[in-house]
Amino acid sequence: MTIFAVIVSRLSKAILTLLAIAILNFFLIHAAPGDPAVVLAGEAGAADEQMIEQLRERFGLDQPLYVQLGKYVAGIVQLDLGYSFRQGAPVAELIADRLPATLLLTLTAFVVSLVMGIVFGVSAAARVGKPSDSVLTTLALLFYATPLYWLALMAVLVFSVWLGWLPGFGYETVGANYTGFTRVLDILSHLILPALTLGLFFTAVYMRMARASMLEVSQLDFVKTAKAKGLSDAVIRRRHILRNAILPVVTLAGLQAGQLVGGAVLTETVFAWPGIGRLMFESLAARDYNTILGVFLVSAAMVILFNIVTDIVYRIVDPRIGARS
Amino acid sequence: MWKRFRSNMGAMVGVALLIAVIVVAVIAPMLFPQGPWQMVQRPFLAPFAVDGLPLGTDTLGRNVAAQLAYGAQVSLLVGLVSTLVALLIGVPLGALAGFYGGYVDEGAMRFTEFFQTIPNFALAIVLVAIFEPTLTSITVAIAIVSWPPVARLVRAEVMSVRTREFVDAARLAGLSKQRILIRQVLPNTVSPIIVMASLMVATAILLESSLSFLGLGDPNAMSWGYMIGAARTVIRTSWWLSFFPGIAIVITVLALNLIGEGLNDAFNPHLSRKGKA
Repeated sequence: MTIFAVIVSRLSKAILTLLAIAILNFFLIHAAPGDPAVVLAGEAGAADEQMIEQLRERFGLDQPLYVQLGKYVAGIVQLDLGYSFRQGAPVAELIADRLPATLLLTLTAFVVSLVMGIVFGVSAAARVGKPSDSVLTTLALLFYATPLYWLALMAVLVFSVWLGWLPGFGYETVGANYTGFTRVLDILSHLILPALTLGLFFTAVYMRMARASMLEVSQLDFVKTAKAKGLSDAVIRRRHILRNAILPVVTLAGLQAGQLVGGAVLTETVFAWPGIGRLMFESLAARDYNTILGVFLVSAAMVILFNIVTDIVYRIVDPRIGARS
Repeated sequence: MWKRFRSNMGAMVGVALLIAVIVVAVIAPMLFPQGPWQMVQRPFLAPFAVDGLPLGTDTLGRNVAAQLAYGAQVSLLVGLVSTLVALLIGVPLGALAGFYGGYVDEGAMRFTEFFQTIPNFALAIVLVAIFEPTLTSITVAIAIVSWPPVARLVRAEVMSVRTREFVDAARLAGLSKQRILIRQVLPNTVSPIIVMASLMVATAILLESSLSFLGLGDPNAMSWGYMIGAARTVIRTSWWLSFFPGIAIVITVLALNLIGEGLNDAFNPHLSRKGKA
């Protein structure tokens, strides 16, 4: 398959998956206790009688279920994710406003954790059994057991409250009105803590994978051949083992991206990062289901996109994959 | 096997930590008969500020030590039950897919893939938010987002066991397909399932605590995540309110992960030490 054919087949599969999630969302609204119109309007008395009546009419809640489903899915296909009565704006607009911040956070965390995970994993594997290996694997084990949001809170406490090194709140300094390069630096300084705390858990995950993969590949026959040829350990590690060991790690990392997007809800909540995760948290208290389900759909779309991108990168880096399938 | 497990330092540390957490959860009602919700002193007392309150009091003057002890009950209960439910979904699905192959396999795997694509924490949030947070809805939601890896594992195991000679022998002996699957094939897949289950309990505890941190905990159950969530806004003045529940989560999850890895090494001695992180 050419890269183009792969992209087409992956995208069509992605669209089917998103449609399935839209249908799932529809049934979830109907499964929620209470009148779907009231559910959609959100609790906390945001909706009056007239509004609910309008909603009933608009979604055809007096019509058979399959007609309603058709209307709902048709709306989503046109990027109509419903209206948030609590925020007083269409959900699609709210999400579009917040999406760049989430993309910046998750992409940074993904790249940082993948790079750190591979670097630490490879160095641990190179020193397997030695004290530095034990230190790294123990640290990985610890971060693997640490709740994301708690690590984030402790980072705020230490680096923001006690040491005062980094801002622990928001996306940029409010009211400073920085422009150009100063603004970029300002945003970066706000990005460090959220991206690192979101990334550390996944660094631990990727490190364990990279270490295991390096050790596995180093036992294969072609490594013995390379050794027999008289190559130095460093060259074998870099040229022969690393290249073969890293690919499965990248694929698995792509599959894990979903958890990273989910973790963004927690990180954004702690750091008041204005992304879609924070939007979801704000909507929880009000039971603003339109917004919650909208964020859910968009985060699933993000995961699928992550997967497609890693898949394509994978195929470019390793042409054997394309030849095999 | 048990000898190998017992000689594994990490695993024994894990067992000791887990036993400590279980003991605390069990004797919580004896240690703190007044329960975790009652106001015992003025709010925001620092640890050791007053005798009998080693971990201080929270924003409403409740005993943090009592909250931690009762929180252990919720964490362990939700972690264990949701893992059992996830096994009840994943094992039969994976076994059927791996054993019968063909359309059954195709359908089951598509279904599993769909659930694996959805960001699982986001789905758990949606499920608990829609069905109102109760211990039941939280447990079921965690099970619904955790079963896909089980199904894949069991499918792969069943597919490899299915081709072994003793299965052919059972077929020749005239055993029915169901009997072969249940009596001959499945028992041979138990050890990897046990390893995965112990790690799943750890993940489930993290998930439960994350949900209750976001305010999606059962309002009638004291949980560690809820404690951290409630103390989040006062972190600048009362750090210990968020600190101790977090340590409790780390200890419990770490213990389960250590046990899981110890079991894994004990079941697969040829892979241990070198192959696994």
